[in-house]
Amino acid sequence: MTTMTMSGTEVRLNAEGFFEDPSQWTREMATEMATADGLTLSDKHWQVIDFMRREFLEKGTGPTVRVLGKASGVSIKELYQLFPTGPAKTAARLAGIPKPKGCI
Amino acid sequence: MSKRIVILGGGTGGTLCANRLHRQYRFHRSDDQEVEIVVVDQDNHHVYQPALLFVPFGLAHRQEFVRPRAEQLHHDIEFIEDTINRVDLHRDTVVLDGGRELAYDLLVVATGATLALDETAGLSGPGWNENVFTFYDLPGATALEEALDKFEGGKLLVNVVDMPIKCPVAPLEFCFLADWYFTERGMRDKVEITYATPLDGAFTKPVASAALAGLLAEKGIQLITEFNTGEVFGKDAGGGGRLVGYDGREIPFDLAVVVPLHSGASYVGRSPGLGDELNFVPTDPHTLQSTVKPNVFVIGDATNVPISKAGSVTHFEGEAIVENIVRYLDHEPLDGSYDGHANCFIETGFGKALMIDFNYDTEPLPGHFPSAVGMPLLKESRVNHLGKLMFQWVYWHALLPGRDIPGIGADMPNRGKTQQEELV
Repeated sequence: MTTMTMSGTEVRLNAEGFFEDPSQWTREMATEMATADGLTLSDKHWQVIDFMRREFLEKGTGPTVRVLGKASGVSIKELYQLFPTGPAKTAARLAGIPKPKGCI
Repeated sequence: MSKRIVILGGGTGGTLCANRLHRQYRFHRSDDQEVEIVVVDQDNHHVYQPALLFVPFGLAHRQEFVRPRAEQLHHDIEFIEDTINRVDLHRDTVVLDGGRELAYDLLVVATGATLALDETAGLSGPGWNENVFTFYDLPGATALEEALDKFEGGKLLVNVVDMPIKCPVAPLEFCFLADWYFTERGMRDKVEITYATPLDGAFTKPVASAALAGLLAEKGIQLITEFNTGEVFGKDAGGGGRLVGYDGREIPFDLAVVVPLHSGASYVGRSPGLGDELNFVPTDPHTLQSTVKPNVFVIGDATNVPISKAGSVTHFEGEAIVENIVRYLDHEPLDGSYDGHANCFIETGFGKALMIDFNYDTEPLPGHFPSAVGMPLLKESRVNHLGKLMFQWVYWHALLPGRDIPGIGADMPNRGKTQQEELV
């Protein structure tokens, strides 16, 4: 575990950069992390990030790419254009939630 | 008063659940409560699914591993062969395709997972069953046997489109068996075997992933990770094909063996409130009661619980689900608890296999199963291979009838395992 200061707050992250405590997350932090990744967040990005967070709060785990494609209103092809390094993983990290557990 | 339990699906989970429930009520309970058990399935062919892996290599034949579903059920259990149209959760009723309705006091969903070919662009298009195959159903495995027999060399690509899939180790086993098969035919040097997976390693759990990646390398099988198949082109101009990933990467092949996306049964999608986006039924991981309605329980591949979709999982779930169903019908609190125990033999070719054993909290570790003296875990051996072959007998004669198998309990054994802290 590491700690990092984001938007003036000390945030705890795991080895892969995911939030240890999703309640520490703010929208400003998502923008800050995206900028560090070289991403400028559009409304579409936010649509995915907000969906990710809602699903996590409701179900306790973030959705996989396939579920995102079916339920977020953004197609899988578009998801990869928005988050080229892996939509579910990147969006979960930016949304301040754990890495989706889809892969068993 | 008589109660009716309707079980949807006569595969591994439905059959063992029906037989175990029958035994509970027939032998262990007072006669003040009569219970009627009904099993519904769309056909009467029970396939021992682990055998499908061996079909492409000519090592298993249909007549050995397909039996009538009805014959695996105790004769007091009614078997209905019909297609399920939908479940009406409000009326506690199952509607069959012919219009017949089955009211239930308690419903068990055991209809497993189905292959969602249409969800991957091009998969069932040009080249399907010509140079693009799956061994995940009997027609596919049979067609692949002929294709492998005629294969004269080139690029053999094994690909998993995405998780979850039934038996996540089966595609790896396919690679190992292909290595053996082509070695035996004296043409291994003419075949380039590649395994492309959406995962970031050979397998999901770190210790097993490292061991399996080592085996792939040892056998000269190329591993491509984090590959998310977007589209399949079966027949390019030159006769071969290619997979195109969502990230733009391409993998060419002469023969592709693809494990398609999996979904729950289609009627789940037609039943308002029953399933999730993928038609799996939201289920409590320990009690196996659905979270959609208290009188609905779920077993096997049909659940959304976070563990492998595998026969061993279904087998180990049997004890907890039956205990909880009996308690539920008696208006008692549920206390049967499944721990996520899974156990699989992994065929590695040349008459050997390794074995893994894990649950929700413990990843597959080395050591021995079920105790310090037993089958070696995460290590190739002939004993494991013989175990895998013998298991089919156990399946038909002990697992499906719902008998306990001596030495193999529902809870994961820890004795015999090298604990993680000892591995670092």
